[in-house]
Amino acid sequence: MRASLFITCYNDTLYPETGRAVVSLLERLGVELDFHPKQTCCGQMHANTGFRGEAFCQAKRFVQLYRDTETVVIPSSSCVAMMRDQYPGLFEELGNESLRREFAALLPRVFELSEFLLDRLGVDDVGAYFPHRVVYHASCHGVRALHLGERPYKLLAKVRGLDLAQMANTDRCCGFGGTFSVKNAEVSSAMLAAKLQDVIATRAEYCTALDNSCLMHLGGAMHRQYAGMKTIHLAQILAATEDAPAEAIA
Amino acid sequence: MTQSVADHPILDPRFAPPFPQAVLPVLRNPQLRKNVAHAIDVIQAKRGRLVAEKTDWQELRTAGSALRAHVLENLGTYLEQFESRCTAAGGHVHWAADAAEARQITLDLLRQHNASDVIKIKTMTSAEIQLNPFLEAQGVHAHETDLAEIILQLGEQEPSHIVVPALHINRSQVREIFARTMGLKNLSDDPKELTNAARRYLRQKFLTIPTAISGANYLIAETGGVGIVESEGNGRMCLTLPQTMITIAGIEKVLPRFQDLEIMLQVLARSATGERMNPYTSLWSGVTPGDGPQNFHVILLDNGRSEMLRRPVERQTLKCIRCAACMNTCPVYRQTGGHAYGSVYPGPIGAILTPQLMHMHHAQSLPYASSLCGACYEVCPVKINIPEVLLELRSQVVNQERRQVGRVFDLMYIGLRMANFLFTSAWRFHLAQRLGRIGARLVTRKDGWIHSLPSIGGKWTQTRDLRGLPDQTFHEWWAARAKEAK
Repeated sequence: MRASLFITCYNDTLYPETGRAVVSLLERLGVELDFHPKQTCCGQMHANTGFRGEAFCQAKRFVQLYRDTETVVIPSSSCVAMMRDQYPGLFEELGNESLRREFAALLPRVFELSEFLLDRLGVDDVGAYFPHRVVYHASCHGVRALHLGERPYKLLAKVRGLDLAQMANTDRCCGFGGTFSVKNAEVSSAMLAAKLQDVIATRAEYCTALDNSCLMHLGGAMHRQYAGMKTIHLAQILAATEDAPAEAIA
Repeated sequence: MTQSVADHPILDPRFAPPFPQAVLPVLRNPQLRKNVAHAIDVIQAKRGRLVAEKTDWQELRTAGSALRAHVLENLGTYLEQFESRCTAAGGHVHWAADAAEARQITLDLLRQHNASDVIKIKTMTSAEIQLNPFLEAQGVHAHETDLAEIILQLGEQEPSHIVVPALHINRSQVREIFARTMGLKNLSDDPKELTNAARRYLRQKFLTIPTAISGANYLIAETGGVGIVESEGNGRMCLTLPQTMITIAGIEKVLPRFQDLEIMLQVLARSATGERMNPYTSLWSGVTPGDGPQNFHVILLDNGRSEMLRRPVERQTLKCIRCAACMNTCPVYRQTGGHAYGSVYPGPIGAILTPQLMHMHHAQSLPYASSLCGACYEVCPVKINIPEVLLELRSQVVNQERRQVGRVFDLMYIGLRMANFLFTSAWRFHLAQRLGRIGARLVTRKDGWIHSLPSIGGKWTQTRDLRGLPDQTFHEWWAARAKEAK
């Protein structure tokens, strides 16, 4: 099987280890990967801040770069949610007929990482080994926009050595919200503090998620507070084996 | 932020500070935050249990949503039907284009009936049009009869929630307010004693004031009837004892048929208070000789609603049945409570409703008072896609900014325009990454983390660190790997 990676702006710049983990994981599963060097951003930050015209430019770029690919894999649930929830409206308002047609044809081939593994490849055991206590943060976009449901838990259940902790209020927002974290920094920080209480109470060594934006938020506070917990993208846990242990974010 | 704002939050969007400033006194008030979080956690848990027991909950939401959407598509027809049926049953229907007109009609009616005092059932529309202070200035005293509204009125406090408006006040604070204003020195904070004190206070009002004001949960087009749901029975007293009743209702409140209550009553109480059924449901049509108010007036309030109706995305705001499930589940509201929204409508629904009631001339910070987590949409019993409306309103706010000269000094605006310039070219994006890496070295500490950023980045680092930029981006790694493979 062939698949194209879309490693969105902040993952490319700030968390390249997530992209590298996706490569090692999927190649181990026999997927032939390619990566378009001209990709930049899905446009979510602009769309969510009200800059629809700018978001449209980036959405159009994505369709133009990926329209001929067989499958697109994105290790960021909020970027996938952006495409499913917001691209149709943007193209309806600002795009032309051919763009709308190309996007409609492309969208069913766009997968979030856990969707790709379970729905497309049909594997839940990816042969991972991660001997640590881990808690999963069900990010808002993963839960309520993509309806990932049990997918991440199915994957985590098959990781050898992994001790999965349960978090209270697991699907409550961590307070990141993109530019919300800066525009409403004080409220965002209060939400983060509330979330962190639930995360820390699990006594896990790692907090994982399918979205590095939440993890950047949680991990930034963990580091500031000497919390003794680190964040790690689920792709990095799934890529880890006895021979090649994972590299943590924080 | 001055202390006075903390003491007296301004719930008028024309004068309230923007949300990011308005939250500051609240976030520094641990008692208020504890009261809010405790109250909504209790309601949320009850709601969760009662929704879970309904096997057809999603079907009910779908039906509720379809019903409300149908009403909005045929609003004129149903309103005219309501007017003619209500009039035929002996009621009088008045149309108010805006808040000022609704206030004036109310005052004229009260003067017609020589009312110097009026009792009120809890009503959001009267709060929306700021009726009480207006009547007070005209020499008419409005007496609230809902327990929470009494607490607020006597304590001279502002509501912070649309269903449980005094949820930011705990019972020892209620005791203090009642003891002080009712002259009950030995009052304890036992809930039973507190409600008995309120009951004695209320009885005297019910028995002496012959004029009442209410809102409406439902206007029923088929019968010309009005419906009120409540928990305490104060509404039932207001609907039976007085001679004159004035009902102020938003034009969107209409339902086509009596039978539609089947859906609405199932979803409302579960969503609002976490009950299977609200304790009191009162329905009346016009005037019945010898039974209940003999003079009945309905004021149908537009106040910006027609404009919302014209816009396909924003229109869904009018589906709202004021259950408050959105604010009870909202992680922002859980931290801030209602006062920071600077409006009688707080929470996610307030964030979309208030700016629209202000014709987008005020409250532009409210559409940004959300992390877009989507919890509100998930619980909404009539499926209002609040995040979608928030985004639409944000786009309108940005379009206003694009026309303002001051935008060149707005770092967020400049930053986002710049980011778009970078993101629309891989070459520019990659150059910016390389320059950013050099710049980041200046602020990255020995532990590899950035603890303090300049400018708006400081908003991030006030509570979170940021890991320093890695030496190699993903696309650089991919290119290097491809080269090696050759």
